[in-house]
Amino acid sequence: MRKQELIKLLAVIAATVGLFFAFVSPLAHSIRQGLDLQGGTHVVLEAEDTPEATVNDDAMERVVHIMEKRVNELGLTEPIIQRQGARRVIVELPGIKDPDKAIEVIGKTAMLEFKDEAGNTVLNGTDLKDAREQTDQQGQNLVGLEFSDEGGKKFFDLTSKNVGKRIAILLDGEVLTAPNVKEPIAGGKAVITGSRTLEEAHNLAILLRSGALPVKVNIIETRTVGPTLGQDSKDKSEFAFAIGIGAVLLFMLLFYRLSGFIADISLMAYVLLLLAALKFLDATLTLPGVAGIILSIGMAVDANVLIFEHFKEEYKTGKTLRAAMNSGFKRAFTTIFDSNITTIIASIVLFMFGTGSIRGFAITLGLGVVLSMITAISLSQYMLKLLIGANIFRNPAVFGASQPEKSGEVMGRA
Amino acid sequence: MREFDIVGRRKIWYALSLLVIVPGIICMFVKGFNFGIDFTGGTIMEMRFEQPVNINQVRDVMKGYNLDNSTIQLSGDTASAVEARDVMIRTVDLEETERKAIMATLKERLGDYSVLREEKVGATMGSELLLNALWATLLSWVLIVIYVSIRFEFRFGLAAVLALVHDVLVVLAVFSFLQKQVDSSFVAALLTIVGYSINDTIVIFDRIRENLRLHFRRGGDVAALANRSIFQTLTRSIYTVCTVLFTTFALYWFGGDTTKDFSFALLVGFMSGCYSSIFIASPLWVTLRRLADAKRARRVA
Repeated sequence: MRKQELIKLLAVIAATVGLFFAFVSPLAHSIRQGLDLQGGTHVVLEAEDTPEATVNDDAMERVVHIMEKRVNELGLTEPIIQRQGARRVIVELPGIKDPDKAIEVIGKTAMLEFKDEAGNTVLNGTDLKDAREQTDQQGQNLVGLEFSDEGGKKFFDLTSKNVGKRIAILLDGEVLTAPNVKEPIAGGKAVITGSRTLEEAHNLAILLRSGALPVKVNIIETRTVGPTLGQDSKDKSEFAFAIGIGAVLLFMLLFYRLSGFIADISLMAYVLLLLAALKFLDATLTLPGVAGIILSIGMAVDANVLIFEHFKEEYKTGKTLRAAMNSGFKRAFTTIFDSNITTIIASIVLFMFGTGSIRGFAITLGLGVVLSMITAISLSQYMLKLLIGANIFRNPAVFGASQPEKSGEVMGRA
Repeated sequence: MREFDIVGRRKIWYALSLLVIVPGIICMFVKGFNFGIDFTGGTIMEMRFEQPVNINQVRDVMKGYNLDNSTIQLSGDTASAVEARDVMIRTVDLEETERKAIMATLKERLGDYSVLREEKVGATMGSELLLNALWATLLSWVLIVIYVSIRFEFRFGLAAVLALVHDVLVVLAVFSFLQKQVDSSFVAALLTIVGYSINDTIVIFDRIRENLRLHFRRGGDVAALANRSIFQTLTRSIYTVCTVLFTTFALYWFGGDTTKDFSFALLVGFMSGCYSSIFIASPLWVTLRRLADAKRARRVA
């Protein structure tokens, strides 16, 4: 019995188990959660060609920029705004309380026009310098507009020519207000009345400040998950995770005894590594992603099973434990490598073609395969070598292997 | 253990699989699939009412908007046949204003609720998703055949991919029979199954490759060799499918409604994957190899 190796082995085991129980939960909770887990709204916008404006790269970049402005001004935390493909933009709003309002603000083109009675557009949104909501002395909610220098001149021009007539202020072709002009207005300021609440005025001001979208944009998909359902999904998948990993740990222990215990330690290291990698890559954990993690635990032990089966087989041919272990690992390696590369191919394709949550799932699947391969061929091997080196157990049954066939007789005669 | 002749009985296994796949394909054409709104477009509103509500009351509200053909499902702890707190309504792709009006009417007539989930998908998204999934699957198959052909030989690659096609068809068949919902997570499930099944198959093929190199002479019995290889890897095949099924079962039973169909697809797929690796892939390789041998013999003659 060699003390040094035993101590090393115990240290590795204690460290892994300790780290596992200390960090698995905080680590899992620190990974950014997708909307399906924490609740929130997911909006997909698609730009459309119109006779006035065609969709191009430049226009899409401006759409993203304007969306960022709008969402930030709505005061939402940690929004994600992402361009996807040639003409789509994804907006994710975690933990949002009133999704309907936000969707309304996001989806507006926000083209502002000032028209004279004949219907000619004299000013538009680009002539604005600022827009702010306010309440006047009568308690009316308004949006106060401030024009740029040129806009101010145009507005003066418009009001001078239309004294006693009506002008109209339109947003996306809809008349917001159509006041009677009493006198020419200089100074570059105006107000839009007609907002029912201060919040409505606030949202309108945001739209006007962030400017009009350069192309027509349609909302083609919205998904909202309420906080109750998100929490529910989180609790349930945590439970499934605990049950799943518990069953696998127990199974390995029952069928492979001490080797199974080593595999269990590797499995714990694997789970920690996977979570750490997801955290490091700043991945977003979605429900299919969690499902992927739970599944990968079942698959992760496969490499260990392959190694142990080869080990058992080698041992049966009459090799010593150490020699059987070495050649078992060597033979298992090509098997593990070839079988896992094919799975990695599938997950890479999934990543390339998938969108959103499918992509997250592909990442966990691919990472899972790579990491399980690494832990099995490094950590399991290292621990098993120490275990055999420590030489405390000579009975192969402890390793889940049976006595060599017929070798009993051979040894008896010797 | 006396080895059961799996490869020799391959016609039985082929027939068994066809017994699921052929009716499955017919069912796919006749009954089709129960596509989720990811594919069809539409609106889902799921809410939890403060008091249990009656399904007919909900239906009446929908009728008021001429949406009689909406699907209404009750769930949650207090669910009876007709009354529950959790209500899911699935209907056509509604305009924002119409959806808001319906939700307001529900609140007015049936009491207050909190929104669990709201989804609205335009119809254009669906076909795109389907097409992408199809390309992804085909591309992964082509790449797998190429990889396996390089590392093994073409016949192994072909047999492995045919086993994958088998698994995908079995899962599709089961989903068509049971009319379970097919949505974007189903696509992810299918591709996971592909990833698992190929892994499982390659382990057996790897053993055949090893045995071919070490214990095989020209003109030997490939069927016996394949059979021995299957048995040498059988413990591993069974253990691995067990651990994977444990975790999938855990997900199915405890993972909540949102992942139920997803994990169901995986359950069916993993079982089929394990079956096809043992009973379909290796026998297919033997069949392919025999075909090639016969062709070569004819050419020589």
